Amino acid sequence: MRVVIAEDSVLFREGLAGLLARFGFDVVAAVGDAGALVAAVGETAPDLVVTDVRMPPGFTDEGLRAAVALRAAHPGLAVVALSQYVQHSYAGELLGSGAGRAIGYLLKDRVADVAEFAGMLRRVAEGGTVVDPEVVRQLMLRGRDPLARLSAREREVLALLAEGHSNAAIARTIGLTEAGVVKHIGSLLAKLGLPVNDDTNRRVLAVLTYLRSQQ
Amino acid sequence: MTLLRAATRPRFLVSAWPWRGIAYTTTTAVAAGLLWLALAAPVAPLALAVAVLRAGRWAGGSVAGAAALGLLGVGLLALVGPRLALAVAGVERWRLRLADDAPAPARHRGGLYTDPATWRAVAYLVLLGVAAPVWLGALALVGLLVASTPVAVHHRVAIMDSTGNVAGRAALGLLLVPILLYLAAALGGAHAALARQLLCGEPDPASAELVEVTRSRARLADAFDAERHRIERDLHDIAQQRLASLTMQLGLAKLDLPAGSPAADAVGSAHEQAKALMVELRDLIRGISPRTLRELGLRAAVEELAAASPLRVRVDADPGRFAPAVETVAYATVSEALANAVKHAGAGEVTVTVRTVGRRPGGPGGPGGPGGPGGVGLPGLRPGGGNGDGSSGLRPGGRGSDGSSGLRLGGRGGGRPGGRRLAVEVRDDGRGGADPARGSGLTGLADRAAAAGGRLLISSPPGGPTILRVELPCAS
Repeated sequence: MRVVIAEDSVLFREGLAGLLARFGFDVVAAVGDAGALVAAVGETAPDLVVTDVRMPPGFTDEGLRAAVALRAAHPGLAVVALSQYVQHSYAGELLGSGAGRAIGYLLKDRVADVAEFAGMLRRVAEGGTVVDPEVVRQLMLRGRDPLARLSAREREVLALLAEGHSNAAIARTIGLTEAGVVKHIGSLLAKLGLPVNDDTNRRVLAVLTYLRSQQ
Repeated sequence: MTLLRAATRPRFLVSAWPWRGIAYTTTTAVAAGLLWLALAAPVAPLALAVAVLRAGRWAGGSVAGAAALGLLGVGLLALVGPRLALAVAGVERWRLRLADDAPAPARHRGGLYTDPATWRAVAYLVLLGVAAPVWLGALALVGLLVASTPVAVHHRVAIMDSTGNVAGRAALGLLLVPILLYLAAALGGAHAALARQLLCGEPDPASAELVEVTRSRARLADAFDAERHRIERDLHDIAQQRLASLTMQLGLAKLDLPAGSPAADAVGSAHEQAKALMVELRDLIRGISPRTLRELGLRAAVEELAAASPLRVRVDADPGRFAPAVETVAYATVSEALANAVKHAGAGEVTVTVRTVGRRPGGPGGPGGPGGPGGVGLPGLRPGGGNGDGSSGLRPGGRGSDGSSGLRLGGRGGGRPGGRRLAVEVRDDGRGGADPARGSGLTGLADRAAAAGGRLLISSPPGGPTILRVELPCAS
């Protein structure tokens, strides 16, 4: 799997490249700013882009802008944006691009758990959608949401759904049968007023659509 | 605007200023006349002394009498003059508003004879008594000329048959009217300018100092914010990146170690600590200088605060950007209020509203009194001004008047009256009883609000609810 990394901190960039290589990704380019990222994607045609949100020259949202532009120019290009903080506006904008397929928004903290991080990148590269658990947690805390109507177990399931896990993986994680997970998913989708659909990705998209509407 | 300056403007003749000039000139004549009446008593012995000397041809007795009269006159002048001068100065400052829009503060401060202001007032007495009659006389001459022209025209028409001559006369009269007005304005304006020089104090030096201190405080607050941004940037660019890198390396190292080995345990523990430190560092940096606030503005930042709070927080915020200092204080207020709602109030639900409010409609209370019987002000902080726009249930001092704990912290009296203000209000359903004296958080917020030219209001009766409101002047 061919990956382009964009991150302005040399130390973190090299570390990330080492981590990805360790998990079998093929890092074809590692660049330090948004302009170089766009150029590198044009040259190397990668499967996945991992980019910092905040990069030179302005150190605001250059990486995010580049990611949104790249997804418009290369439909289907998988992008994971890494952010130091949860910024809902940025998350919503990114997740809204390319119909929410093959997209991820993660805190930089996630790289600490290297194996999980690599797994998340892989899910995004395969067309999945991954939202940082912290984003989901914060959205769930909003009292006015219909999310407040979800049971604790349903929230747990939703959070795992948002991370792009399969029914089987969710069942393993929280110690339920797969049929039990399906039941919870059906019930939480109903509570959120979303159509029930067996396709994992469709369900995550539906959840994300809902989360985005909370911006 | 002064009479002198108004006279240099093109629309002078169609403004109210010619009338004000004439009014000032006329009242100057009246004042000069009254002054001479008042001076009659002390001046009379002096005049008499002069008369005696001139008539007595240096006879011994008459010299002694003249000297006595002169001494009497001088004594009377010394006794009456300064007092009269100060009284006249008061009247003249009051009269000055005819010729000068700027306020005319009194200058007198010290003792009667030791204050230089007294002697400047005496100098003004000479101006009013001697110089004013001269220019008034010159003006009167021109006035007479103008006034007499129609009379002369009437007279000429009776005895002359030349229409040209009559028209010429009438034109001259009409021409002289504006000249008279300008002359009155120039002479009256010059007199008023001299009066201001001699009778009016500078703006209170203490208040000028206060203005400077206020500015310097705002500059300090700005510098403080800039420094926070710099620290935040450095922590983010260096410490955070390095720590993320380190944590990642530890995570990788853990993979290669056989599970259960002492090395794996040690690296695992280090990894966990590093992960915890990442979270702590992020929270720390956010506390120093919230990035979202700078990049996306107050609403986005407040919504993130709300999202991160363990309480149910409703946010109702206007979009829009404000000056960095204003946004920083508003954000700090919401942050502090939410933290207090969790820590002290035991609240379950919090409502945050962010609104720009316009001109205050001079609401009830005007310059509101201190916070009522229960009102508590902080030392060194004056309570804010009158009632706000009344957009919420919070009335400054209102809760205090029923004996409950109405607390108010203020900046300058309610900020700039009439300007656009950003009003941020945080209301919780907790147990109330917030006391600014028991913690530095609220005091610090009040200071920051004051430095930004705003004010902070608190209502927190026992039993709740607690309402924290900050109002800050803003241009947008």
